[in-house]
Amino acid sequence: MPGFDFSNYNRNAALHARGVPMPKATSTGTTIVGCIYDKGVVIAADTRATSGPIVADKNCEKLHYIAPKIWCAGAGTAADTEFTTALISSNVELHSLSTGRDPRVITCMTMLKQHLFRYQGHIGAYLVVAGVDPTGTSLYTVHAHGSTDKLPYVTMGSGSLAAMSVFESMWQPDLDREGAIALCSEAIKAGIFNDLGSGSNVDVCVIEKDQPTQLLRNYMKPNERGHKERNYRFPRGTTAWLNQKVISKEDMKKYVTVETLSGDPSLAAGEKMEVDT
Amino acid sequence: MTSLMDHPSRGETIGYSFSQPTAAPVKEHSFYPYTDNGGSTLGITGSDFAILAGDTRSTSGYNINSRMVPKVFKIGGDDETGEGAHILLSVVGFAADGNALKERLDTVVKMYKYQHGKSMSVGACAQRLSTILYQKRFFPYYVHAILAGLDEEGKGALYSYDPVGSYEREQCRAAGAASSLIMPFLDNQVNFKNQYIPGSGEGHALEPKKAEPLPQETVKQLVRDAFTSAVERHIEVGDHLQVMIITKDGVEEVYHPLKKD
Amino acid sequence: MNHFPEAWGRPRDDVYGAYNHSYLQTSGPKTHTMSPAVTGTSVVGIKFNGGVALATDNLASYGSLARFTDVKRLRVFGNQAVVGFGGDVSDMQYIDRLLESIDIRENYSTHGNMLNAKNLHTYLAKVFYKRRSEFNPLWNHVLVAGFDGEGKPFLSSADLLGTTFSAPHLATGFGAHLAVPILRRLFPDEKPIEEVTREQAVSALKDCLKVLFYRDARSLDKYSIAVITQEGIDLKEDEQLESQSWAFAERIKGYGAQTN
Repeated sequence: MPGFDFSNYNRNAALHARGVPMPKATSTGTTIVGCIYDKGVVIAADTRATSGPIVADKNCEKLHYIAPKIWCAGAGTAADTEFTTALISSNVELHSLSTGRDPRVITCMTMLKQHLFRYQGHIGAYLVVAGVDPTGTSLYTVHAHGSTDKLPYVTMGSGSLAAMSVFESMWQPDLDREGAIALCSEAIKAGIFNDLGSGSNVDVCVIEKDQPTQLLRNYMKPNERGHKERNYRFPRGTTAWLNQKVISKEDMKKYVTVETLSGDPSLAAGEKMEVDT
Repeated sequence: MTSLMDHPSRGETIGYSFSQPTAAPVKEHSFYPYTDNGGSTLGITGSDFAILAGDTRSTSGYNINSRMVPKVFKIGGDDETGEGAHILLSVVGFAADGNALKERLDTVVKMYKYQHGKSMSVGACAQRLSTILYQKRFFPYYVHAILAGLDEEGKGALYSYDPVGSYEREQCRAAGAASSLIMPFLDNQVNFKNQYIPGSGEGHALEPKKAEPLPQETVKQLVRDAFTSAVERHIEVGDHLQVMIITKDGVEEVYHPLKKD
Repeated sequence: MNHFPEAWGRPRDDVYGAYNHSYLQTSGPKTHTMSPAVTGTSVVGIKFNGGVALATDNLASYGSLARFTDVKRLRVFGNQAVVGFGGDVSDMQYIDRLLESIDIRENYSTHGNMLNAKNLHTYLAKVFYKRRSEFNPLWNHVLVAGFDGEGKPFLSSADLLGTTFSAPHLATGFGAHLAVPILRRLFPDEKPIEEVTREQAVSALKDCLKVLFYRDARSLDKYSIAVITQEGIDLKEDEQLESQSWAFAERIKGYGAQTN
């Protein structure tokens, strides 16, 4: 069965009617913006993800890949922006393979709006779609209910008004690349500092004709974490325990393959964990 | 026949104006007299001092009203600036109620001094605050209050309240938006909960680390660390940290910057 | 007619439905002024070196209808304070009457009117708080501008719940979302108000009103602006927004595939 699974719908509706709360989705109460300039288009986003008043992720990525020259900034329910853009990205690539042409932004925008309209706003994805294709530079917004807009500068998310205040007082026609990046990051900063749903860093993506697309991850970091004044390392043995069991590497080898990494930490996979020292 | 049965679907509602309806339809009124202005407060006591701290952000929804609205007040001072006060009060929740509560308590403490010729003790003030809160049991002051001062022995005294006046003397207490983030940290770092003395015994015989009054400098550091951490994970906490320290020499007030995002 | 004489000559329930007795309720909360009717939108204010500036547009809306386009929402109190009103216009006029009676009473007293903006703000906040506690709110959000007891510039806000706060720059309604970010960007916290000139403050307010006119559907390009300094109050009530830019509109065609 393709698509969503509704088999628990009736049960959940009944539970909800009896007072069981619905699960809380991580939302990217967000500031996202986009701005066209003479040779291309810039989109930018903040990096805070929230769950109610709690910051769920301090440095999340809200700029999503659709195609090499089409990118999407997402606000709303985190999972919806993530899956919707991934789905449309796949379909855009298949479409481009089948037609043998570069994908177009209007195609992507139409696929998004038709998908979102079909779900009548239940897919909470609010997107800024931007890109460069053979027809030129485009910038759109797509709302969760399926409506779209085409404008030279756009903002979305809970910080959209703060960001729009920047565009409405500083935007001018025929911006250049640097001007557009500066304007977009200023708009995101307005969202970060004035809207509680937005915060942390500024991500920027620059798409230009005949130039590789640049994803400037953490282009600005105006909210670095301060250091702690006290040391919160506990002496070994602080935590109480009742019994212990030692599992040796030899025991583990009976069940799984064990490979020993060298002591060089740079070879260890994954991001280094932030640890208080 | 047909003319009589013209409105068959109204069968349930047929009656006359003077027959009282079983239940009058409830009329909605769209006015809600409370709001939440966010922010967080925290108090810790030591052997000869008490600290009350709070951030200075005032919010409504996703907006920042102002980055500088203090939540900690001097109670019963000699003038407008609160000079000479020996009791501190912090209020967090609905700011308008918080202000009204602060002003009532301030007046009570001042009147006490004028009428009795001596300052009100912290214990008496704590009891009085409880009655003030309970007087509005069915239209409460929507605030979490913390009262601080020095007791008769000169030890730090801290009282924390729920919105309708239930109160308790404690070593430390966090209130407001980030209280659920700060309070476990305080339990662990002030009362040493879940900390045991390494090597003091085996299994159940392991001795818990004993809580004892902390020195002032340590408490100040804990307060600042608690807030810099709360700021990282709670959107309604930030801008500035207001810290008031009460000792036998009086009240010291300091502000520290916090993150503004 | 039927055999219930008390029902004769009255609207028949089977025709008109049962009478809604809740309209006869004498107990319970007051139901008038529970929602605003004719409303004003944002008020924007900023402190500068030696004074305060306050601005509003001249519109009073009735729902989405731009009902009255020449309503002055800045009210002068005495000769040292200005109140900017957002929210219900009838409640604004009530408060205005209230303030006028206080002003007259003060001026008849031996000491003259000595109430400054700070006193006025405290008073207004208490009126709001009392009315909200009686479940009969005055549906306004106001900014009070002037000077405090020490002669320093004063700008503070009070709303229908009695909530108060003060900052170097403030705005009510839509302005809290659109104008405050502009003012905080132009005059960051690090920059003390002593470094802001009157000209900078006034031009910033005009920028804010312009952006509000672009984006607030309940706003107008006719506005009032008051500049309060120790020399007195300079109030202009018939201003027109200038140098609007609609350049962005040039290249807009449709909302999707449309190109011409």
